[in-house]
Amino acid sequence: MEKEYRTIETEVRLPYRLAYGETWTRFFEGMKQEKIFGTKCAKCNRVLVPARTFCPRCFVDTDEWIECSQEGTLIAWCLTNYRYFAQPIEPPFISGLISLDGTDVNFLHLVGGFDMSSLDTVRGKVKNGMRVRAVWEKEKKGHILDIKYFEPC
Amino acid sequence: MGRPVAVIGVGQTKHGKRMDICYPDLVRQAVVAVFEETGLSPEDIDGVVSGTMPSMMEGVAMTHFYFADAMQAVGKPILKTETCGSTGVSIAHSAYYWISSGMADVVLAVGHEKMNEGDSQATMTTVMEPFYQRFFLSGAPGVFSMQCQGWSVRFDIPEEKVREAAAVLSVDHHDAAFDNPYAHVKVRLSVDDVKNAKVITYPIRLYDVCPNSDGACAVIFASEEMAKKLGKKTAWVKGVGYRGEEQFFGDSDKATWPSAVGAAKEAYKQAGITNPRKELDVAEIYDPFTYQEMLFYECFGFCNFGEAPDLVLEGVFSQKGDLPCDPSGGVLCTNPIGATGLIRVGEAALQVMGKAGDHQIPGAKTALAHAMGGIDQFNGIMILGSEL
Repeated sequence: MEKEYRTIETEVRLPYRLAYGETWTRFFEGMKQEKIFGTKCAKCNRVLVPARTFCPRCFVDTDEWIECSQEGTLIAWCLTNYRYFAQPIEPPFISGLISLDGTDVNFLHLVGGFDMSSLDTVRGKVKNGMRVRAVWEKEKKGHILDIKYFEPC
Repeated sequence: MGRPVAVIGVGQTKHGKRMDICYPDLVRQAVVAVFEETGLSPEDIDGVVSGTMPSMMEGVAMTHFYFADAMQAVGKPILKTETCGSTGVSIAHSAYYWISSGMADVVLAVGHEKMNEGDSQATMTTVMEPFYQRFFLSGAPGVFSMQCQGWSVRFDIPEEKVREAAAVLSVDHHDAAFDNPYAHVKVRLSVDDVKNAKVITYPIRLYDVCPNSDGACAVIFASEEMAKKLGKKTAWVKGVGYRGEEQFFGDSDKATWPSAVGAAKEAYKQAGITNPRKELDVAEIYDPFTYQEMLFYECFGFCNFGEAPDLVLEGVFSQKGDLPCDPSGGVLCTNPIGATGLIRVGEAALQVMGKAGDHQIPGAKTALAHAMGGIDQFNGIMILGSEL
């Protein structure tokens, strides 16, 4: 048998206070009003969501704010059913890439509003290309989880 | 391209759950191994480049300083390259640039990770910004599963076919790991074992996913003059490519993955490769997930999009196929992340040197090594050849 050596328990726990800045602040203020804001690039004409300060491809400021549709099409998804330290959302949950109508990038959020305890039920229910719509929490915090999830519609 | 650059030696530790050894001593084992292999000693080294995945995987921030002694970097220039999963290939690229530019003749490249000492998926989730994406992308499995799910539906690949092909790859790689003395997971599996394993992040199941490994790899790169002076078998760097995408996961099309396609194109251009499936003899692809490995085959031009599962089922990428992929057992069986990309480079180099032991692909002359990092964000490639 291999010799066992000692181990030590340690922890790194550091506090942060991160600046939202102008663009994130306006985007999350929108969440409080049940609005999903994007910005449009005047050069490539793409509508980017969540809203950006600048277009990552054209590197120009995106000053035109767009209130995006709250409905869209599911592009890809996966069902998470494992745990890790400080996981923000209780599994099982479904993450999805959603193409909100009238936008040009995919929006990342949860797909839900139905029972996820059985994989077969989930597989029968969730299909790429299906239409989904945002469902909002009653209490808003100006947070990405003010949208509870996107439900099939 | 600048000056020619060669890989002159590879050292690895036994990878696995290594609670028997502290991190610097583990790193030193790989460094000692490559010095023994090449016959060089620390005074022959002009510079050292090393890297991990996110440093905080093991709770120490500046690992290249922590390992200055273990890597014999004291008194020399030292670099750290940290590009998430592609760190190992980025370290190799850094060493290559250093020598190719003429600024060094011999560079020691070291990749390392100890994934069993912290919470690997929690650490990886900190790669994502905390305003928006971090809530929805649960570690590596969340990101890669969604990508692969989207890819298979986009290209109309029946779910059962992808699952079957993924299982065949998994069985192949797990069998291959028995021929690699350094590999971590050694288990004999059947196709049904893989297909019926528990779901981690649907559609991905347990044996479609790599392990958490502890391990280190050290590779010595040298200029043409130094390589010839040593007079040993060498592997020549024929081409390198590295490409990235936007930081938001939803901003680019992960089902046709521009960074993977672009990195391969650049490396092929430098290496003069026009038909990779024919001209490559072996590939060491970064395959932490079986499903993703098939997408890489397509991005690297081994076949058209949507075709990889069929070709896997025909055996094209098996050890005796047209283009054997991951004869070392791959990332699927061994993944100490900061070392993983450098292990791909090392394994590719050993193949073209004819020194890959029991997993040698007979007569291999040209090999591809690859790694991917971030939220599906960056891809890096190095092509190695037996001739200058």
